[in-house]
Amino acid sequence: MHRQGVGHPEAAAAFLRDDERAAWHDDALWFVRQRRDRATDLPEWEALREAGSALKAHAMSRLAELLVEFERRATASGVCVHWARDAAEHNAVVRGILRDAKVKRVAKSKSMLTEECGLNSFLEADGIEVVDTDLGERIVQLAHQPPSHIVLPAIHWKKEEIGALFHREMGTPAGESSPDALAAAARVHLRDALLNADAAITGANALVAETGGVVVCTNEGNADLGMHSAPVHIVCVGIEKIIATLDDLGVLLRILARSATGQPITAYTTHVSAPRPGAAMHVVLVDNGRTARLADADMRSALHCIRCGACLNTCPIYRRSGGYSYGHVIPGPIGAILAPAVDLGAHRSLPFASTLCGSCGDVCPVKIDIPGQLLTWRERSATAGALPGGYATIFRQLGRLLSRPVSFARAGWVARSALRTLRTLRFIPGTRVARRWNPWTRPGRDLPLAPRESFREWARRAGRIP
Amino acid sequence: MRVALAVPCYVDQLRPSAAQATLVLLERLGCDVNLAFDAPCCGQPMSNAGAVAAARGAATTWATSARPFDVVVMPSGSCTHHVRHHLPSLVSGDAGTHAARVTYELCEFLAGPLGMPQLTGRFAHRVAMHLGCHAQRGLRLGGSSELHQPPSGPMHTLLGALDGLTLVPLDRPDECCGFGGSFAIGEPELSVAMGRDRLTDYTTHQAEVLVSSDPSCLLHLEVIASRSAVPLRTMHIAELLEEATR
Ligand code: SF4
Repeated sequence: MHRQGVGHPEAAAAFLRDDERAAWHDDALWFVRQRRDRATDLPEWEALREAGSALKAHAMSRLAELLVEFERRATASGVCVHWARDAAEHNAVVRGILRDAKVKRVAKSKSMLTEECGLNSFLEADGIEVVDTDLGERIVQLAHQPPSHIVLPAIHWKKEEIGALFHREMGTPAGESSPDALAAAARVHLRDALLNADAAITGANALVAETGGVVVCTNEGNADLGMHSAPVHIVCVGIEKIIATLDDLGVLLRILARSATGQPITAYTTHVSAPRPGAAMHVVLVDNGRTARLADADMRSALHCIRCGACLNTCPIYRRSGGYSYGHVIPGPIGAILAPAVDLGAHRSLPFASTLCGSCGDVCPVKIDIPGQLLTWRERSATAGALPGGYATIFRQLGRLLSRPVSFARAGWVARSALRTLRTLRFIPGTRVARRWNPWTRPGRDLPLAPRESFREWARRAGRIP
Repeated sequence: MRVALAVPCYVDQLRPSAAQATLVLLERLGCDVNLAFDAPCCGQPMSNAGAVAAARGAATTWATSARPFDVVVMPSGSCTHHVRHHLPSLVSGDAGTHAARVTYELCEFLAGPLGMPQLTGRFAHRVAMHLGCHAQRGLRLGGSSELHQPPSGPMHTLLGALDGLTLVPLDRPDECCGFGGSFAIGEPELSVAMGRDRLTDYTTHQAEVLVSSDPSCLLHLEVIASRSAVPLRTMHIAELLEEATR
């Protein structure tokens, strides 16, 4: 688990200490990435990405207008629309609704926004029981962990571990690890929570301004079961989920499931635009820093994110360091550009947790330039004096050195001689211990082989340059 | 064709053979190669770490060096990417824009301005190709699997023209090797873990030679292979082409 003050490098190193597990995690996510590759291999895929990017840019440029239009239509159909400036207001609004309705048990279905706002613990402190009803969410909830992935919250759990957890928490037979048996047990366990809840809380994948409707996509159908049986349904959603029209929704749904899990469409795509007769429906529209991001022209497009998780699955860093190494609700490449906007100091290591390989940018269905924004965050860290460790000084000196051909050549000669000596020393018995303390060689690599002569020294000797 | 050869800082110091091979190869192909380009570095190490102010000096020296030339060739994809995409904003005046316009990565130059010469040569080995990420997705010198493109591109074509060469298929043809400049120092464990996984992909497909157009990826993979005694010969694309067409 990510602790305060621990940066990505330390957390990643800890995750990698169990290399078998790290390899398994990498493979599990690569498998999803490959499914995404097959599902998105359509002639019109690039056109869809272009359309996805455009529809989000359009929605963000008319954000206020579209939200008001949504509110007007939703209210007209009997939905109660609330606005929350931040996490605290969001939680207070939800608690107010639940108190008024005398709610004791809530069935919740996946919502990263309620994670962002810390809703569960807030309500539990108030004596309200919240049960996460999607299987993955339930697993991490039972284990008192936050999700480690935005689509596959329990992807870091092996089936044997889930078996042991269920044995402890639900009384399944000891040693049971067959996914079918465990899912069946979970179904019974969750049915009780779903059918006896006083209220259902769900997230939303989209708010359609044109219809005043809320769209929820899930694979297990628990969100539907919850909202169709509880007398109160609360939708907790970030304002950036607004889109203009049903046509836009068509594009969004095509790119979402394909990018997320490699399915043509999610198993359940539900439009709700009015409360059931006799029941109440609330939508809580949450800002929590989003309008501030909208005002930041260089970083604005991060708001286009549809939370498909494709950038996480493709990211070689995320796959090998796990979701908790990011120390933020949203991990992975997208988290690494969202977290610094929340608190640059606390998340200073995240923009550097990347090789800028560019895979996230190519995989993103709404074409967010994640590598470009990572670089911009690095620049801002540097300007804010928040570069990790001694980077600022080192790079200032390096920059000076690398801009002067003569001093560079001299320093290069010194460095190569030093490297050659060190590499030779490696073979003297007793220095192997020293290797473990050298941050370069410690993780398992040698010092570079330094040649006797640089290219320019050779060219001079060969008479090619004066 | 008069061509300036620009040798990036770390190639000059740690892989001079790649620069020498580039020189020989270009001359063999009839280019009149000028070695007067003396700027050591385009500024990428500082730039990638966010230290933009520290990158300006090197970038400016670099752009000034490029000024007199119509074509500048570099045996490095990531440096070429930096020159093309960042010099225009790092360097004041139009020197940065000029540098961005005239600078080519070696394979890109052979396929572009040189009109893809018919290289005849022989290299009877099983070869794994590693295209650096900046060449691949930055300069678009290779198909990106995320975009459903086949692993094509100039390096692919050049290697494919050699007799006896077998390009081994890889499980993850365009996965990053984990170098990433300051990343290799800032996240050492992760960087090495990624490098090891790349090496495993090559060795499970019985590659004898690993070829790249990026000396940085090569150097990174080389030091990991050497520690784990992985029997893989690493070659820069210029070294391979030079040897094959000798
Ligand atoms: S940034 Fe793009 S790829 Fe990543 S989760 Fe968001 S939409 Fe998906």
